[in-house]
Amino acid sequence: MYRYDEFDHQMVRARVDQFRGQVARRLSGELSEDAFKPLRLMNGVYLQLHAYMLRVAIPYGTVSSRQMRKLASIARDYDRGYGHFTTRQNIQYNWPALERMPDLLEELAEVEMHAIQTSGNCIRNVTADQYAGAIADEIEDPRIISEIIRQWSTFHPEFSFLPRKFKIAVTGHANDRAAIRFHDIGIVVRKNAAGDVGYEVHVGGGLGRTPFIAKKIADFVPAQKLLAYLEAIMRVYNRLGRRDNAYKARIKILVHEIGAEEMKARVEAEFARIDGKGNYDLPTGELERIRAYFRAPEFLKLPQESETLTRALAQDASFAAWFKNNVVAHKIPGYAIVNISLKPIGGIPGDASDAQMDAIADIAQAHSFDEIRVTHEQNLVLPHVTLDDLPTVYTALKAADLATPNIGKISDQIACPGLDYCNLANARSIPVAQDISNRFAELQRQNDIGELRIKISGCINACGHHHVGHIGILGVDKKGTEFYQITLGGSPDEHAAIGDITGPAFTADKIVDAVENIVDTYLDLRQGDERFIDTYRRLGMSPFKERLYQDV
Amino acid sequence: MAQHSAKGAQFQVITANRLRDGEVVYFNAPATWVVDLKDATIAEGAEVLEGLMAQANTAPCATDVLDIYPFEVVKDAAGTYAAASVRETIRAAGPTVRTDLGKQTELR
Repeated sequence: MYRYDEFDHQMVRARVDQFRGQVARRLSGELSEDAFKPLRLMNGVYLQLHAYMLRVAIPYGTVSSRQMRKLASIARDYDRGYGHFTTRQNIQYNWPALERMPDLLEELAEVEMHAIQTSGNCIRNVTADQYAGAIADEIEDPRIISEIIRQWSTFHPEFSFLPRKFKIAVTGHANDRAAIRFHDIGIVVRKNAAGDVGYEVHVGGGLGRTPFIAKKIADFVPAQKLLAYLEAIMRVYNRLGRRDNAYKARIKILVHEIGAEEMKARVEAEFARIDGKGNYDLPTGELERIRAYFRAPEFLKLPQESETLTRALAQDASFAAWFKNNVVAHKIPGYAIVNISLKPIGGIPGDASDAQMDAIADIAQAHSFDEIRVTHEQNLVLPHVTLDDLPTVYTALKAADLATPNIGKISDQIACPGLDYCNLANARSIPVAQDISNRFAELQRQNDIGELRIKISGCINACGHHHVGHIGILGVDKKGTEFYQITLGGSPDEHAAIGDITGPAFTADKIVDAVENIVDTYLDLRQGDERFIDTYRRLGMSPFKERLYQDV
Repeated sequence: MAQHSAKGAQFQVITANRLRDGEVVYFNAPATWVVDLKDATIAEGAEVLEGLMAQANTAPCATDVLDIYPFEVVKDAAGTYAAASVRETIRAAGPTVRTDLGKQTELR
């Protein structure tokens, strides 16, 4: 894992001290809210419905046991005993008091954490594949370049007042688990014929009010040139991105308006200008220095098979069910990747209590080289667990109510905080997710339905990624009443697609029936081992829509 | 800021969040903010609301809060006022998915 150097420490501590002064002046009345708001946002402090909310950055979703314990103690000491893991691989606290925020941030700084790049019109916290460094067939660990991007973008003076926020995601694998085509910039690590690492660059993707799939504008940017290339994109955006209308200010609108070819030409022209000066090249020594932080842990030489595991699978059906749905093959023989579902049946997607965070920290320390990952699907991952340890890990997770065997299944939903917490929301998201989870609680039924990704947003800003749900649900407000619009066929991965709207929206008491209706249509029409998304791609909207609205 | 009252709303209450901790508060004329909607001053009609808003925004206690705005309330048969919208109902009580948190437990 990356460890702070003296400059990182100094920057984060200086920021805490600065914010302490700003909070004191706000509380004394010296600063108005208008003056203070941009300052608090730069430190991740939002005002929500019931209280302030603090969003803590977890760069590329990687967190150590020590950091997780700190996140737990903050939940306990500054909040109400829980935190919420988000689609940005971050954690949010729902109840911290402004007057205690500087102390909270100082505690975070002790474990090399902060809330920088979690708000405001800057380059936000970079996200990456949660299986980085653990999955087979990875070209390179995406966290290496993610960390370099983090250092380059943090407090970048030229890009601190962009037209709008700016999000970068990286995958080092052909299977895109980071939804890179729905980010302002999406990066895929590639290797050329000579075996050199470089980057494929996509630009102008995004969700929200106007969803777009990013356009590829570079097939292979050499490693030492990537920052210059990103700098060129940012400059084109900073110059041409709209500042007159917040809804049209994201780079996706610019790319859509001028076209991918024109965007590529402008970026290349700017890149040529920058590159000619040569001083934007990433020094080889620096690349190697960062790479060293992400060197593989000292894996043991283990056999491919584990007798302990085989025995446990034969003896314990619930363990076997969990293993089947939550455990993924590792690149090293004798190891596995463990997904921890934060989607208990009927629970709140992404929420974890302080006790659960402590338990996860302990398990990671004992069984996963001290490492934990946060996924954009609001789950956690133990990246490196030996097959022999899996039964022990399962027992420990189960004791902490963290062994729900539903990864990728219908009850493993993304849901934004919605109108239960969020100041921007139009409708509640969490209760809909809970009702769907309860309706489809039975594991046998979930396994029969197979992979099905439901994603729920409580407003058009799409924090719940509804556009890319196999079934997407968008909460809308009609004269003070919550309604829910359904989309079908969305997909966040390398087969990126934006869902199609089925038709009129449903009331809160009808939305779960509507989802069940869609699932039943799929079960009736699927061929062989087709997943929901395969059936939808084969048949399109018609059969689903017809049956969904037949009684209307 | 979004509108939180229907056009021609009869009864309205002024709300804000408390500066130091973000707690939802309501204006109690002439010069205090209270945590319970039951203790809020009810403004009947647009003119009364206008005067009340002026008071809320200029009273010394205005500096204790942020995001001051009015929202619609409705009176039930027993004469109790409740928020008209889902949003303000949730603000007045707490998250519907965590009934162990917020005003719904603290004010009980």
